[in-house]
Amino acid sequence: MVEFTEEHEIFRTMVRDLVVEQIDPHADEWEERGEFPAHDLFRRFGELGLLGLEYDPADGGGGADHVFTMILGEEVGRCASMGVAMALAVQTDMATPSLARFGSPELRERYLRPAIAGEMVTSIAVSEPDAGSDVAGISTRAVRDGDEWVINGAKMWITNGAQADWLCLLARTSDEGGYRGMSQIVVPTDAAGFSVSRKLDKLGMRASDTAELSFVDVRVPVANTIGEIGSGFQQQMAQFQNERMIAGYQLVGAVERALERTVQYVRNRRAFGGVLADNQVIQYELADIAAELDMLRHHHWATVAAVRAGQDITRQATVSKLKAARLARRMADAAVQFHGGMGYVEELWPARFFRDSRLWSIGGGADEVMLRTLARSIGVA
Amino acid sequence: MNVVVCVKQIPDPADPGALDPETKTLVRSGKLILDESDSYGVEMALQLVDAAGGGEVTLVSMAPNDEQSGLRTALAMGAAKAVLVSDEALRGSDALTTAKVLAAAIGRTGQPDLVLTATESSDGYTGTVPEQIAELLSLPSVTFAKSIAVDGGTASVQRQTEAGYDDVQVPLPAVVSVTAGVVEPRYPSFKGIMAAKSKPLDQVTVADLGMDAGQVGWSGAGQEIVDVSEAEAREAGTIVEDDGEGHQKVVEFLAELKVI
Repeated sequence: MVEFTEEHEIFRTMVRDLVVEQIDPHADEWEERGEFPAHDLFRRFGELGLLGLEYDPADGGGGADHVFTMILGEEVGRCASMGVAMALAVQTDMATPSLARFGSPELRERYLRPAIAGEMVTSIAVSEPDAGSDVAGISTRAVRDGDEWVINGAKMWITNGAQADWLCLLARTSDEGGYRGMSQIVVPTDAAGFSVSRKLDKLGMRASDTAELSFVDVRVPVANTIGEIGSGFQQQMAQFQNERMIAGYQLVGAVERALERTVQYVRNRRAFGGVLADNQVIQYELADIAAELDMLRHHHWATVAAVRAGQDITRQATVSKLKAARLARRMADAAVQFHGGMGYVEELWPARFFRDSRLWSIGGGADEVMLRTLARSIGVA
Repeated sequence: MNVVVCVKQIPDPADPGALDPETKTLVRSGKLILDESDSYGVEMALQLVDAAGGGEVTLVSMAPNDEQSGLRTALAMGAAKAVLVSDEALRGSDALTTAKVLAAAIGRTGQPDLVLTATESSDGYTGTVPEQIAELLSLPSVTFAKSIAVDGGTASVQRQTEAGYDDVQVPLPAVVSVTAGVVEPRYPSFKGIMAAKSKPLDQVTVADLGMDAGQVGWSGAGQEIVDVSEAEAREAGTIVEDDGEGHQKVVEFLAELKVI
């Protein structure tokens, strides 16, 4: 069980205020524009120490307990734009964990410190047009030429891709196939030969820019390799655990907020001589979602304990990602259904929530990838 | 420059409040938070100390229980230390007793150059404590400040009025109440929150201040809440159906109110 201290509570209140005051009022405009000002917002978050909570204070991080990461995720997840929440998660838990864990001191100083401060925006560049959840199928290649990598290929569905200052790129660095012979490389986006091919028009998460990226003879120093040459796949798999957990944490906040708002709506909306909440079919669906949310929250508290004990959390992250995404989809469906016509128009929040929440059964490893991992772990596959 | 800020920890306004039917006072048994109206004084104090190039901000508060989280929030914003008068005997204290206790607690902090308060708390709304503190400490009092600039031993205060503001000069030390919303309170940073944990918080009792328990709380109160009644429900408005002449009816309605 997680013990919440006074510091945790003050931190939670601070992040909640920050979200309500600095993100929510702008969410509609950013959704409309298809982009939010990542550099401005991240600098604000960076100044408050929110972009490197658990990282080493020597790199500008906070040296925090994992509970703070969970709280940050939950509270940012409550914001009016899941796209902005996702973009923040890319910065804190998707593009930077490998660099923090395996990067050289010089590489951390040059790229991690400014990312923690919010001075640089980052992206994680793994997926490709022909390889999404199937990471072993990537074909972007980095060929060594003296002290430099020469990179060619393309990356797809890259969050923050149009605004990023550097990418955590996964590329093939040898001719071994499958998951062998890959490396993680920091690629600054001002390198010659790098370009944003196009911004992608998405079903949801519209405030977050998503891009296809092109690499044509992009040269970066071999010293930009994160950790060991050839260990990229394994390092990325470890980094995915952070990604899946932050998704789970954010979805707790997102579902919690959606549930609060739906309860409020059905208690006030009058129909058939009463309010919608008089109907058991509505009461019980929302009660069941609340029960699932409780269980997810408790699963996360157990995960926090495992992180504190230094244990591998692959299983917990896989379960969290799968169940949180499915719960969010169920909540979104209930929100739209119980709002009726108002759930189907853009004037109220459920329509956006419905579109946004759908992503998490695909991004960060699709539900089926999570299920395959779990099926293997119970010996059935 | 040393600034004392009086702050209050109140029940979270986001949770529905309740009145004790016996005492007719607000139930304060749950978690208390920093009164938002005090965060402006804290911010202004931090800015004044920054502008002066040195000194510190000290918080002074009182509570019948030993609740500290509201004070930790203000410490996380950047205040250096806090004095909390915490005593069961304080339960039921009226505005004047509150002022006496806070004045005595301010005395423990040394010789502040300036004492800041909110204009009123968000749970009690008596709005009289700042002036009472000034009187008890024999200090000049300025109310409703929207900005404060300190030059040597004088503070120049823009004092909000219904029509605009008055420029007021006051010799220091003084007690100044700060209007809500006049500055943007900073968010406590993660580092600030962690540092607040180890900042000094001097928790004292009524006896530590040289006061008698009989002088405070219910027994010391000179004011009593004799009755509490529901606020009058708002009457339903008039709905004007617009048949093309709706604007006329709106004009007539406004004329009736003597607005136009």
